[in-house]
Amino acid sequence: MNTENNIKTLIVKKPLKLDCGKTINEFPIAYETYGSLNKKKDNAILVFHALTGDQFVTGLNPITKKDGWWSYAVGPDKAIDTKKYFVICANVMGGCMGSFGPSHEDPNTGSAFGTNFPVITINDMVNAQYNLLDHFGIDKLFSIAGGSMGGMQVLQFISNFPDKAKTVIPIACTSSHSAQNIAFNELGRQAIAADSNWKDGDYSSKDSIPNKGLAVARMAAHITYLSKKGLQEKFGRKLQEREDLKFGFDADFQIESYLRYQGSVFVDRFDANSYLYITRAMDYFDLAKQFKGNLSDAFRATRAKFFIISFTSDWLYPTQENKDIVIALNSIGADVGFVEIESDKGHDSFLLDVPDFLSALKNFLDKSYTEN
Amino acid sequence: MKNEFQVIAELIEKDKKVLDVGCGDGILMEFLKNNKNTNIRGLEISKSKVQECIAKGLTVIEGNAEKDLKQFPDKSFEYVVLSQTLQAFLNPELVINELLRVGKKAIVTIPNFGYWRVRLHLLIKGTMPITKTLPDEWYNTPNIHMCSIKDFVYFAKSRNIKIFKSLAINNQNVSIINDRNLTIKNFFADLGIFLIEK
Repeated sequence: MNTENNIKTLIVKKPLKLDCGKTINEFPIAYETYGSLNKKKDNAILVFHALTGDQFVTGLNPITKKDGWWSYAVGPDKAIDTKKYFVICANVMGGCMGSFGPSHEDPNTGSAFGTNFPVITINDMVNAQYNLLDHFGIDKLFSIAGGSMGGMQVLQFISNFPDKAKTVIPIACTSSHSAQNIAFNELGRQAIAADSNWKDGDYSSKDSIPNKGLAVARMAAHITYLSKKGLQEKFGRKLQEREDLKFGFDADFQIESYLRYQGSVFVDRFDANSYLYITRAMDYFDLAKQFKGNLSDAFRATRAKFFIISFTSDWLYPTQENKDIVIALNSIGADVGFVEIESDKGHDSFLLDVPDFLSALKNFLDKSYTEN
Repeated sequence: MKNEFQVIAELIEKDKKVLDVGCGDGILMEFLKNNKNTNIRGLEISKSKVQECIAKGLTVIEGNAEKDLKQFPDKSFEYVVLSQTLQAFLNPELVINELLRVGKKAIVTIPNFGYWRVRLHLLIKGTMPITKTLPDEWYNTPNIHMCSIKDFVYFAKSRNIKIFKSLAINNQNVSIINDRNLTIKNFFADLGIFLIEK
């Protein structure tokens, strides 16, 4: 992938010990910023992206030429108002938009790491991104926010660096990846592995990449991001550019055509090995386990103000899993607010135009900022 | 702000940690935060009211008092406030126990079913009473466990719940309820406010 242009990169020259035991000594973190950092440096928000996101939060993504993944929420006058706040987002470690990942060259072999890349965790991701604070000279972030895997990074970040953020917004996430979610991720990984082009991850020659496997992984995952009701209302049993069933295996139904399209555009912007590594990091995420089973202990050291948001139709990271975080925080008297937003749009609600969500996010941030 | 909230606020000293159960749109919370420097949290079942609270910069958790109070540790608040919702719970006794577990003290207010207008309505009209504090019809009221001021006082005694202060509100008038005037207050007050502890 030629993504060198338009990508800002911080080369971290500090060794980072990974959870797998390996230490990396020098590694790139690709990032993007929006808005400007004020003189007091108290208006910075670190946004964390989800599984298939990247650092291009809003506006036109210079690589994909599409709108940034959180364009509804981030921008001038939006919920996360870039006229007011300085928004930073980094591509996660293991990703494929410029940060240290499996498509990077392994200095030992001269070719891409592939599956020789170390298995990374959510903890490794946030420890890597923490270097951005030093880079910008920010002592304390005004907020950290993210949905899905972004929310998991939010939780891990405040646990690792309890006094580095004033407000904390985990959205549609969990403190511990469920069996169902591990199962879905495994389905995606096996789809990739079943593609003969994958070759145990050693597919660096551009002509034979495991596009088919990656597309199937994306299609399966995409279903989990929507809700049954949302799918039924949008597609129902509508047929795709045909009057009647064709008695074959082409995409007769609009939903089939839609999923195939989602799969096909995904492979243009995403790397199959990155998909393996990042889903693995999600599966390994169990914040309570890091604290001997007591999730509250993960947050005991922080005085930050939490605002947790879930969505009624999200069955991937259901309200109860979000509420478990609220309960853990309440049991230590932390400052935590919680709202479940009514939406038919499933897990993807946090990425979409859901007015109740966006106004809650904006009100929480703006009110907390004026109280600063 | 309504008289009831004024009275509740007067019962709470400055700089305390308070939980408002069924905080609604957060009027009382906002007042306590601004005037009493209260470290205030709210619990509210209605999504739209939670949104209103967030817009006021208040820390509120969407939830149901009957299920969600159990997440708070024992005596984690100095005061827990429950304003005019006790009668709407499936199990009011359980909620009272939870309030007194979570809070060192609780402030509970009840619409008084012993109020003379309520009695008169049932006596004369023979239909379920409708008053300013009880505006709903029998078939759509959320109130399923109505009680009178006297009922509440007797309940507290039977459960060894200490009543530190009991106040009666009739229109704008606030007065103290004691053992001697209980029957009279139970007749003339439309709202009872109790500061309790166990």
